[in-house]
Amino acid sequence: MNFKDNKAIYLQIADRIGDQILSGDLAPEGKIPSVRELAAEIEVNANTVARTYDYLQQVGVIYTKRGLGYFVSADAKEKIVATRREQLMHGEMDYFLRQLKAVGITPSELQEMYQDFLNK
Amino acid sequence: MLSISNLNFSYKKRGGDLFHDLSLELTAGNIYGLLGKNGAGKSTLINLMTGLLTPKSGEVTLDGVNVRDRLPKIMSDIYLIPEEFELPRLTLKQYVSINAPFYPNFSSEDLQRYLDIFEMGSDMDVKLHSLSMGQRKKVFIAFAFATNTRVLIMDEPTNGLDIPSKSQFRKLVSSGMTDDKMMLISTHQVRDISEILDHVTIIEQSQVLLNASIADITRRLAFRPMSEGDQPLFVQPSVMGSLVVVPAQPDEETAVDLEMLFNATLQNPEAINQLFNALK
Repeated sequence: MNFKDNKAIYLQIADRIGDQILSGDLAPEGKIPSVRELAAEIEVNANTVARTYDYLQQVGVIYTKRGLGYFVSADAKEKIVATRREQLMHGEMDYFLRQLKAVGITPSELQEMYQDFLNK
Repeated sequence: MLSISNLNFSYKKRGGDLFHDLSLELTAGNIYGLLGKNGAGKSTLINLMTGLLTPKSGEVTLDGVNVRDRLPKIMSDIYLIPEEFELPRLTLKQYVSINAPFYPNFSSEDLQRYLDIFEMGSDMDVKLHSLSMGQRKKVFIAFAFATNTRVLIMDEPTNGLDIPSKSQFRKLVSSGMTDDKMMLISTHQVRDISEILDHVTIIEQSQVLLNASIADITRRLAFRPMSEGDQPLFVQPSVMGSLVVVPAQPDEETAVDLEMLFNATLQNPEAINQLFNALK
């Protein structure tokens, strides 16, 4: 088991939609599948997908047009990046830093590695 | 919608009550997973729910009407997919023309759509007895869904289905479910269905040990690798270290592992019960 913990299914689905928005598969102001369509496609409970859509609405990534369905917000990408930054800092980064400390990697070594990575 | 109230039931020969004062309310818009060990009484409960058995006392009602009276208006709104069944020596078309009239909401379009999901083709002249066991099950399931009864009860529906059809089955359930229907799936194959459930009901020794929505379970229990200071309700060794079921921290939301939930509930029923009743 790794640090990518066993996230609740509705959040895993939110991540999946986030990925599609970041990759451009779902365009800003574009329509996303209905709850039932997506539930059937990914074989999960429709109420779970409804929960995902509630959550994404709450964080402003998608919005509803009455009677027309769900759409990607104009600034969805920025919102997703901001949320993921937050999650990374509080979750995975914490684990990562602990591991660095445990095996004794110094800040300057880390800086060098990250710089090399960015230069690639 | 479907109410089980103060149900008592026993099989004469075995003696002793299989169910003692069992009550359970199943509501529309939910897909229930009924879990229990062999002999816990899942199939008996299903037979009681569908009016096939008579309780010693207590009753099962659908919108207030006792199912055991087996009134046509109630029977046309309940469909049971038993674990084992026989199909007559008929073509699919004949089978549909004989059986569909009992179900006012039956839809031929839906039947075709469900057969398509199962990749069964559209040949209505296919002879049912010429099909393999698994194919027969798929036809039976597709027909059951196409009756559009408000209550659909399934006993081990994924038994005998091959690997692709288990996924197709989940698609069928997700696309066939509507807010006015109630589905109940009794199974041991929890991995086949865990992501399509709304609600989990665990029975053991004639008692309901757990009856909770997935959302509730997610709020109250976490399923994850063990970390320091944990006081787990259940520990499961694995190649990657111990996995545990623990009370969830605020904001800790993990995917429900039905197998671990089941084992935790059977091993530690009081603790689980407390956790779920305390926060109500």
